Order: sequence, then structure tokens, then C-alpha cells
Amino acid sequence: MAKSITVDDLDIYYGDFLAVQGVSMTVKARSVTAFIGPSGCGKSTFLRSLNRMHEVIPGARVEGKVMVDGQSLYDSAVDPVAVRRQIGMVFQRPNPFPTMSIYDNVLAGNRLNSKKMKKAEADDIVERSLKGANLWNEVKDRLGKPGMGLSGGQQQRLCIARAIAVEPQVLLMDEPCSALDPISTSAIEDLIHELKSEYTIVIVTHNMQQAARVSDETGFFNLKAAGQPGHLVEFNSTQKMFANPDNEATEAYISGRFG
Amino acid sequence: MSTVTPTTPVRPRSEAVSFTAAKLPRFAPALVAVVAIAAAALPVLFMGAGAITWAVLAGIVYLVALPLWARAVEGSRGATDRLVTGLVWAACAVAIVPLVSLLWTVVDRGLPAINTTFLTFSMYRTDLDQEVGIYHALIGTLLITLFAALISVPIGIMAAIYLIEYGKGNRLARWITFLVDVMTGIPSIVAGLFAFALFILLFGPSTRMGFGGSVALSLLMIPIVVRSTEEMLRLVPDELREASYALGVPKWRTIVKVVLPTALGGIVTGVTLSIARVVGETAPLLLIAGLTTRTNFNVFAERMTTLPVLIFTQNANPGIAETPGGIRPGIEIAWGGALVLIVIVMLLNIVARTIGAIFAPKTGH
Repeated sequence: MAKSITVDDLDIYYGDFLAVQGVSMTVKARSVTAFIGPSGCGKSTFLRSLNRMHEVIPGARVEGKVMVDGQSLYDSAVDPVAVRRQIGMVFQRPNPFPTMSIYDNVLAGNRLNSKKMKKAEADDIVERSLKGANLWNEVKDRLGKPGMGLSGGQQQRLCIARAIAVEPQVLLMDEPCSALDPISTSAIEDLIHELKSEYTIVIVTHNMQQAARVSDETGFFNLKAAGQPGHLVEFNSTQKMFANPDNEATEAYISGRFG
Repeated sequence: MSTVTPTTPVRPRSEAVSFTAAKLPRFAPALVAVVAIAAAALPVLFMGAGAITWAVLAGIVYLVALPLWARAVEGSRGATDRLVTGLVWAACAVAIVPLVSLLWTVVDRGLPAINTTFLTFSMYRTDLDQEVGIYHALIGTLLITLFAALISVPIGIMAAIYLIEYGKGNRLARWITFLVDVMTGIPSIVAGLFAFALFILLFGPSTRMGFGGSVALSLLMIPIVVRSTEEMLRLVPDELREASYALGVPKWRTIVKVVLPTALGGIVTGVTLSIARVVGETAPLLLIAGLTTRTNFNVFAERMTTLPVLIFTQNANPGIAETPGGIRPGIEIAWGGALVLIVIVMLLNIVARTIGAIFAPKTGH
């Protein structure tokens, strides 16, 4: 069920402002791809353009091609809602729906799309998703309680459970651990390792150790100068990236001699 | 030639830092208040001033004396603190006193009028000895306000959804916002004249119906509903919308299932406030809903009286007291009607708060 993504010469705009320029890469299916780079270089913007979340912001648009299994995402006939059902997303800050219980939060993707299902089937999805997100043991006795009552790390895992409950092909994660403590981070990294067998995962992170730990391939984004658009400097296997990068700027950034 | 004396950098011996400071005793405000009331009583006793003068004088004495005392003991920051605290309390009292006085007067004068007959009989009578009540106006108020709410709540909420979710600062949305703001300032009589003209043009010159009153009231309600709903929708974080989009939920479903439920508590409060705002309107209803002494359940035909209109007309034509110098019957009915109206608004508020509390986002624990 997992799919690969091919990006070809993608330019991303906010109104007239070119935020990211000329990105080309191939994200392999059933692997973890990490994006690293300084703040404001367009990693998150690029990530959001992979499931058409970018255009939610007024005036935002892209030029270029994003192909998922041979289908162009930005074709005029493509429904962004259908795209987002296939390509799920986890955000930087945990954002469970405040009006819903833990149970309803997990089912939100199905329920909000008014999918009819039996109680047993719904229970099954909830249990499977929460187990998938390593949260089941902590919440199985209080599924009816509000999702907002969980701790930050638990909320983020609830959001992951919510994202995998709709069984997407690809999971995009925008700095999923930046608001979490080391223990929750480790839980989520373990989870990413497990999810890799079924999903294509793309993760944006500021934590280079995390990129080295979880990803198979890494892309380094950078700005040429302040006010210039961000661009992809290097895209390589994580091992090569952290041991012997092709580009000097990548090495400088990874080893902390940035500039 | 000057010699440089070697100076060892000796820090001046630091004085013991003290975290304690002189402070007025805890009972100081109460003591000053008692003294101020006593001091202000002197002119009242000797010059025969009234209770209001007494209260104002006591307040001034308190606001002068306590900061002065604090200045002597605690310093200028303490004095400012005491002064501003006093002023804030005074402002609060000034705001509450008229309200309490008004409520007290209405309860005091209205309560004797209220009994089962008063609440279940209309003003219609065929004989002067028959009992009368405000049932017809009670029904009129409830029905006309209900229909006004039925018109304005959907329109108002949907307009606010357009402004926040779809318009997002485009030209049309800016114009709508501007016009809504202008509508908030429409005098109620103008709304009444509009409904009057509309229904007379549509149905002929002698048309009177409760629904016309509902239309007039909805003109006053819509801007309030739009404004309050807009504010509430603005408070819903964009992250929730994005979370929903990222699950592949279409925009309209996101609005219905995520945004509106999250904002529901505030929206309900806004709707209640708008109802409370129009339930006391008199002028527009006098024009189009007319006057009657009979109970009318049909808002689409015949005249209908509401409580404010009843209060107005009873007060204008109170009739003759049974005993010379006694309370004239219309006046008593007007006070009773006013009390019933206040109770209705209060009940509405309680209902709205309950609904708001039930639907408010839960924090767990």
C-alpha cells in the first residue's frame, strides 16, 4: 500500500514570494526520509506541498511536478481532499480535537467522512491504531475521556494514531517531536521504525541525531542568503550524508560549523 | 608627577538586603472605611444631606485617607496601589448599584401583581368585573422572539462562517463586515418601519401580524449574531482545521464537525445575548404587530401583543384606581409584566450557560 513520491523542479510560492526553489527528489516507498536544515529554509513548506496542505494558506501556490505512483498531484482534475486521504500528516504541535474523546479522536478521519461502520469494526480500528501508535496500554481504560486530558507526548501519539486510522499511503511528519521530552521522543522514534514496514514516511526535524537515527535517506535544505528562496542542497542516503557528504555546506551544517 | 596608588577593588560592604518592608495592618482598609463612613455622617447629621451624598462623601474620604496613610507607612508604590484598588472597587460599585436598585424596584413592585390569574388570563374581557392577566403578551413575546431567532440565527451564523472561513478579508467580506457594523447602529424604530412598509406593500394597508414583528426584530438580531459568531470562529485555532484537512476531510465537513462544535459554547452565548437584546423591544412591534387584548397563537395572522408593548400601553393608560389614591390597575400590570420579562431573560441566560458548559471543549482529568 505504500507509495513513492517523485518531485520534479518544484517551486513553492506564498503569493509573489518564492519560498522554495527547484526541488527535485524521489522519496522511496516503505522508507523513512528526513529533511534537515536551518529554520525558515522551507522544509515544512516543502513537506506541506506533498499533500496539498500548502494551498490552505491564502495566496499559496506551487509550480512544478509532484508525482505519486505516476499520478501528478497538481493536475487540475485532482481533488486535494482525495490526496490528503492518501497522504496523512502529523503536525509539530499535538492538535487533538478538543470536543472529542480519545476514542472519537482516533476515529475522526473515518467519522468526519461519515463512513458508516459497525461498532465492532470501529472498536477494531481504534485498538489497531492506538496499538500502532504505542498508546493503547496507556489509554485503553479511559477511551471515553477527552483527548485534551493526555500529556503532550500522549497527545502527539494520539495524533499519529488518528493519522494512521485512515490507512494512508504516506505519512508526513512535521517536526513531530519538537514539543516533546526525550522519553516521548524515543517512543515516537520507535514507532517510526515500526511504521516504516507499512508506510512511506517523510519527517522534518531540527534534531540531526534524530535524522541519523530514524531515516534511510536525508535531504538538506538551505537558504542561499537571507531573503533568498530555500533550496535542496543535497539528497543522499543518511549513512553517506552523515559520514561523507558530497557537499561542503552539508558537512558544515551537520558538524556544527554552519556558515 | 602623580603616583598611582594601588587600589584594591574593594566592594563597598553590602548592607544586609532586607526583603521586609513596612506594611499597613491587614485591617487598615476596613478601619479607614469605618472612619470614612463615620466622618461622612457628620454633614448628613448637621446639614440633612441624603444617603447618596453620604455614600459619595464616604467614598471620597476613603480614597483620600487610605492612600495618605499608606504613603506615610508604605511609600509611594503602596499609596498608588491603595488608590487604584479603591478606584476600581468604586467603579464596580457605581456599575452595580443602579442595577441592583432597578432589580429590587421591579421585584418589589412586580411581585404583588403575580399570581396564576395574572399568568394565565388575557386582557380580553366582556365584563368589567372579570379578572385580567398578561397571558396574551407572554405568548406574543415568546412566539415573536422565537420566530425572530429562527430567522436570524441561521442567517447570522452562516454569514459569520462565510466571513471567517470563505471570505478571509476579500472585498465582499470587508463590505459585509462594514454593513453589519452599520446595522448594529440601526435605531429599532427604523427596523420597525422597514418591516411595517414591507408587509403593507406585500399584503395591503391594514396588515398586522406577529411575524412582521419577528422580521423587524431579526434585523436587530442578525448583526449581533454575526459579530459574536465571527469572534468565536476566529478563536478556533487553525491547527484544528489543518488537522481535519490532513485527514482528508472536505472543508464544509471540517466546518460543520470540527469548527462549529469547538466554538459552540460561545456561539450559544452570543445568540442568547442577541435574544436578550431584542426581547425588550417595543417600538418596532407597536407598528407592525399591533395591539390586542386577546391571546393569538398564530404569528402569521392578526395582531399580537408582547410584554414590552403591554408595559408601554398599560403605563400610558393605567385606568382608574379602585380606591381614590390607590395603585392604578395598569401600573400594577406594567410592573408585573416587567418582572416576568426579566425572569424570561434570566431563564434564557441560565439555559444558554448550561448549553455552553455542556458543549465547551473538555480538558479532561
